[in-house]
Amino acid sequence: MPKLKLPIPPGLKPPPKRPSENGHGEERGRLKEVGVSAVDWIDERTALSGGARWMMFRKIPRGTNWFYTLGSATLFAFLSQAVTGVFLAMYYDPNATRAYESIRHLTNEVFMGELARGMHKWGSTAMVVLIFLHMGRTFFFGAYKYPREMNWVIGVALLILTLFMSFTGYLLPFDQRSYWATIVGVAINGTGPLVGPYLSDFMRAGPEFGATTLARFYAIHMLLLPGIIAALIGAHLYLVARQGTTAPPWMKADNDPKLRRDEA
Amino acid sequence: MPDESKQNKPKTTSEAGIPGAYEGESVTRRRFMTGTAHGAGAVAMAAITVPSLAIGVAPVFEKHDQPWQAIGVPGDFDDQSYVPKTITTTAGVGEVGKTTVYVRKYSQQIDSEKRDEYNAYIAISSRCMHLGCPVRYVAASELFICPCHGGAYDKQGKVTDGPPVRPLDRFYTRLKDGLVEIGPRFSLNSEMQRFSPRDPGQPVDGIGQYIYPARPTVRKLPGS
Repeated sequence: MPKLKLPIPPGLKPPPKRPSENGHGEERGRLKEVGVSAVDWIDERTALSGGARWMMFRKIPRGTNWFYTLGSATLFAFLSQAVTGVFLAMYYDPNATRAYESIRHLTNEVFMGELARGMHKWGSTAMVVLIFLHMGRTFFFGAYKYPREMNWVIGVALLILTLFMSFTGYLLPFDQRSYWATIVGVAINGTGPLVGPYLSDFMRAGPEFGATTLARFYAIHMLLLPGIIAALIGAHLYLVARQGTTAPPWMKADNDPKLRRDEA
Repeated sequence: MPDESKQNKPKTTSEAGIPGAYEGESVTRRRFMTGTAHGAGAVAMAAITVPSLAIGVAPVFEKHDQPWQAIGVPGDFDDQSYVPKTITTTAGVGEVGKTTVYVRKYSQQIDSEKRDEYNAYIAISSRCMHLGCPVRYVAASELFICPCHGGAYDKQGKVTDGPPVRPLDRFYTRLKDGLVEIGPRFSLNSEMQRFSPRDPGQPVDGIGQYIYPARPTVRKLPGS
């Protein structure tokens, strides 16, 4: 038998086989062995199961409730944006004269194109809403306090990056609304003293909305920002697993020594 | 004290008594290799970042020429009403590169600034000086009105209401070979003095012209 220790805590392990089951389902047993030995082959060379156990089977405090799922929900929203975005990119043409037509084609003519684009469009709003709910949970539960300040900082960076995503993505359909919203948004950036005018020119790739403005927004939206966001999400999750989650503020610490159980 | 320690500092590794020292060696091989590796890493990082950032930032410093373009003959315009004309500010990007300009003849009654070679025709940009929405001239009220945040400008382009920070931008005009031509954009302060073009939302009155610097490559015409 392979020596793999599956990442299952003792309490969740399946009970040993009953004697009456022996001899039955031998085919299934062999198939299972093949699967286990394949996983074992990988684990022997990567030691991934330890990391998976460390990430997945963490101790969580008493009182953990549904509010603690908001972070995962945000992560799911990001994954949904990433996946639908990749497939939208297969149809999109970041050219000032053809962008609108490519979106129109995708929305009206491609099979389920409207659904894929709708998922991305409405998903972006859902992601921003979820981020703020997740941030509110962290704030009101006091989960930003020592030693988790760094994770709050990373979270705020992720919030800002997500808002940059919303801003750059808004231009891409290239209809009247997105064009004028971007004109106004870039002008707002330009009102920052001293650096503002240069920042506007950087975003527009020149003094006027020009031939490469759309391509610039597209590249930032689909290559630069997602890469940074994915990296920071990795750091965010690492710190969550390392530091654990906090108990809700209404949970009292157990001070009665009789209730304490020492666990090695 | 520091002088003394400097004098006593050994010049070579053999003087310092470091094991494995070569004759006349001034830095250990380990230290030299560390420095070389760091240097090579820095060169590799620069090879990635310098060209990337350079092409990202380059457009800020690029020259943006706006050639003179004909918009009509003198008979098309009078000194009381505005005629909307469409000009191209960026070539090759279709509708995006076009903008609307309101044109009339210079009028002694309306215009307070002095007549010179560039303002026989007044060409007012439709870009709102609050945040860049397109203003529309409403003849009945003799106002330029912005649909976004309620900015309003009088017949001269001066702000009468709302959030805009300076009068509407204008374009240089000239008469050439019997045609009215429109040239580069310029901005105005509230005294209708010409400034190098700025983006919407950037005042040029007083300190504004310094905290919102003009582009080094796009200036108003010399001597205007």
